[in-house]
Amino acid sequence: MFKLIAGTVLAFACSLSHAALQIQSWTLDNGARVLFVQSTTIPILDLSVDFDAGARRDPAGKVGTAAMTNAMLSRGVVGSTIAPALNESQISDAFADLAAQRGNRLDNDRGGMSLRTLTTERQAAVAMLTRLLAQPSFPAELLARDKVRTIANLKENLTKPEVIAERAFSTALYSTHPYGAQLTEASVNAITRDDLVAFHRQHYVANHAVITMIGDISRSEADGIARELTAQLPQGAALPALPPVVAGKGGEQRIAHSSSQAHILMGMPALQRPDADFFPLMVGNYVLGSGGFVSRLMNEVREKRGLTYGVSSYFEPMAQPGPFQIGLQTKAEQADQALKIVRETVDGFLKQGPTAAELKAAKDNLVGGFSLRIDSNKKLLENIAMIGFYGLPLDYLDTWTANVERVTAAQIREAFNRKLHTEQFSTIIVGAR
Amino acid sequence: MKLRIKTLLVAVSMLLAPVIALAAQTQEFTLKNGMKIIVNEDHRAPTVAHMIWYRIGSVDERNGTTGTAHALEHMMFKGTKHLKPGEFSRRVAQMGGRENAFTSKDYTAYFQQIEKSHLEAVMALEADRMANLIFDKEEFGREIRVIMEERRLRTDDQPQAMLYEALMATAYAAHPYRNPIIGWMDDLENMTVEDVKAWHEHWYAPNNATMVVSGDVDAKQVQRLAEKYFSKIKPKTLVRTRPQNEPEQKGIKRVTVKAPAENPYVMLTFKVPALRDADKDEEPLALDVLAAVLDGYDNARLGARLVRTDRVANEVGASYSGVARGPVQFILDGTPAAGTTTEQLEGYLRAEVARVAKEGVSEDELKRVKTQLIASQIYKRDSVFGQAMEIGVMEMSGHSWKDIDRLIARLRDVTPQQVQAVAQKYFGDDALTIGTLVPLPMTDKDKQPAVPASSGPLR
Repeated sequence: MFKLIAGTVLAFACSLSHAALQIQSWTLDNGARVLFVQSTTIPILDLSVDFDAGARRDPAGKVGTAAMTNAMLSRGVVGSTIAPALNESQISDAFADLAAQRGNRLDNDRGGMSLRTLTTERQAAVAMLTRLLAQPSFPAELLARDKVRTIANLKENLTKPEVIAERAFSTALYSTHPYGAQLTEASVNAITRDDLVAFHRQHYVANHAVITMIGDISRSEADGIARELTAQLPQGAALPALPPVVAGKGGEQRIAHSSSQAHILMGMPALQRPDADFFPLMVGNYVLGSGGFVSRLMNEVREKRGLTYGVSSYFEPMAQPGPFQIGLQTKAEQADQALKIVRETVDGFLKQGPTAAELKAAKDNLVGGFSLRIDSNKKLLENIAMIGFYGLPLDYLDTWTANVERVTAAQIREAFNRKLHTEQFSTIIVGAR
Repeated sequence: MKLRIKTLLVAVSMLLAPVIALAAQTQEFTLKNGMKIIVNEDHRAPTVAHMIWYRIGSVDERNGTTGTAHALEHMMFKGTKHLKPGEFSRRVAQMGGRENAFTSKDYTAYFQQIEKSHLEAVMALEADRMANLIFDKEEFGREIRVIMEERRLRTDDQPQAMLYEALMATAYAAHPYRNPIIGWMDDLENMTVEDVKAWHEHWYAPNNATMVVSGDVDAKQVQRLAEKYFSKIKPKTLVRTRPQNEPEQKGIKRVTVKAPAENPYVMLTFKVPALRDADKDEEPLALDVLAAVLDGYDNARLGARLVRTDRVANEVGASYSGVARGPVQFILDGTPAAGTTTEQLEGYLRAEVARVAKEGVSEDELKRVKTQLIASQIYKRDSVFGQAMEIGVMEMSGHSWKDIDRLIARLRDVTPQQVQAVAQKYFGDDALTIGTLVPLPMTDKDKQPAVPASSGPLR
């Protein structure tokens, strides 16, 4: 078994080598932002291209458009005078023949693609990725096919208690805000090819692109790649402002299910990027629920009482206030007992904050473990892409451990009580008996 | 959604292959008490993965005590003569380390990832729990309930996992691979702390353990530290009896599981040769390539035809892992699309193998498989932990880490004829077991659990 190590979803960045991390950043004439770290020890290149094309941009009534557009970038590319049209098989084979690994990226805020390639093959790999981003053909027939699969998958997911809980939780937190929008059979069926074309044209635009590169190339080579990736992308108009996040009124919701375990989620919208409370919240949350076996929640619910295999808490900072979320699963008959312990633990933490020993342990772990957050290209890519998309300072990594060290117990207590109000928590319980 | 069995040899070749220079940067020592130490130096970043692998897993369990290997894994965090329960994790956390453990059919492994200056400290901790673990009845009483929650989370409430469990129990009549690693629920309910204690006493010994250290270390220094902390631990006589080898299967087997789900699902497992001799065996390598041709990337044969072209399936897969202590399988699985039955999907999946048997594979297909194989050797260098995992799995399965490079080289030499030959030889009915998931409708009134509560007469 893997013991459940609860991790926060706050991303951190750090240097790969012994020297301080050198993030170079510049903006192209077309508005695309570029971040680059040279890493010469392995002859590979890892890159990501992110746009403001996440799920929050789904048109009303057509939840799933962002995801569908993103997934269908690789279903075909349009031909031009210099390159023939390609179907999905040809695209897939082309990447495979280069041993290049492409990936899709989508969350609430961002949509895009990633690429891992040998430096020797990068020209062809980048050229192919460029076509996917700029010239998708969105074959109508394949849209129809993929909708069928998406709906079959959705229906399967709707039988699972963990999915039912997540959907109810985000709806309870966000109500009509796009962060709370749920994929349904109707919303998928409503998506047309025109919707994909329009979404792509509006969101996959050069001036909203964030390109992150880690690899064995030079700065001028990185610049060339960034230009190539965005040369055929149009300029995009400013995107409509999103409505504010208004926390739902909270309360408990019980949903029946025949599963042997109850699934419990509890929390409220809390944290956006950037936020002055970020470091106190991160350090404090290590104590409460993301420090794995040394966290209060694991200690109370699992270690002391054997009620669960895993309980954790985390903040998910997003462009607008993302959720604070506590989650656990327990035998259905134990749900109320577990819930009581969780509530007491949270109340206690909000009241007292961390002890001095807990604060020290949190700092020891976060500072001492910093190098583990950045000891590979892949980890670096995620951290720096986040810095780029959310506009964090380029020295975010260099100042990270110092920011952790500075946090005081009082700051943690204040930040937690500023952001979290248990009377506003939504609590979803699926499957309790 | 579909249950994917990690194709270990493919994983070795596709994802975890080391650079050509692995042999140059990896070294091996053995302590006098039989403990093997393997060091993979990688100075890219100041971090280290430290792993202790015990060559004991669920395959070594016997009737009525399934789940013991995994339960001991949990208890390894519950205190020693020198540490209170939970203290191990507190200390690793204080070092900024990440830690975990896992139990498989063949082995049980423990690891920490740390900044390099903490290597000595984690070695000391692992040596301590190898030799000095204590077994508190109350701690066990709580932890076995945690394990039951884990079973519910991973298996009892997961229809495809339930199917896989039933499939293994059907495919293997006698061999211990028929048992789930986490254990049958009834065995968990009847397990005692003495069971776990006996397991530790019998099997946790330096001569049954391999240390793998990967990262920013100096091999000589690792050897010195390993000597310092482990050489005083005495070896034990390891008595492995009763292999319970599976008798030859002489006809097709079928099993059905009904569980609350939306989509049906089918899994076919064929008994096929395992890799025993990394220098000479050919068929396991050909099977590995066959799995890659069928499902090695997103335009491989199964997905390209059954999902995207003919649209008879929403998901399909093929996997094979030749690296194991026991017998191995080649698995085909899939979720049929609406309008296709599981019986039909069985036919379509087998037809793809039959197509290879009849027509062979093209040089282009093989080239594509091999190109990705070679590149993966380079990509693999981006993960110090991944390299450690690869070494450990090989060592636990009766091979050497030195075979990793050898196997990559040999995989590149597999011919289309060899792939065609295994497709012809191993995919008939007689060594086949088929598991079918029949979805039960979800209703508000449906309060019946998918698995009956563990019951039965006390003995």
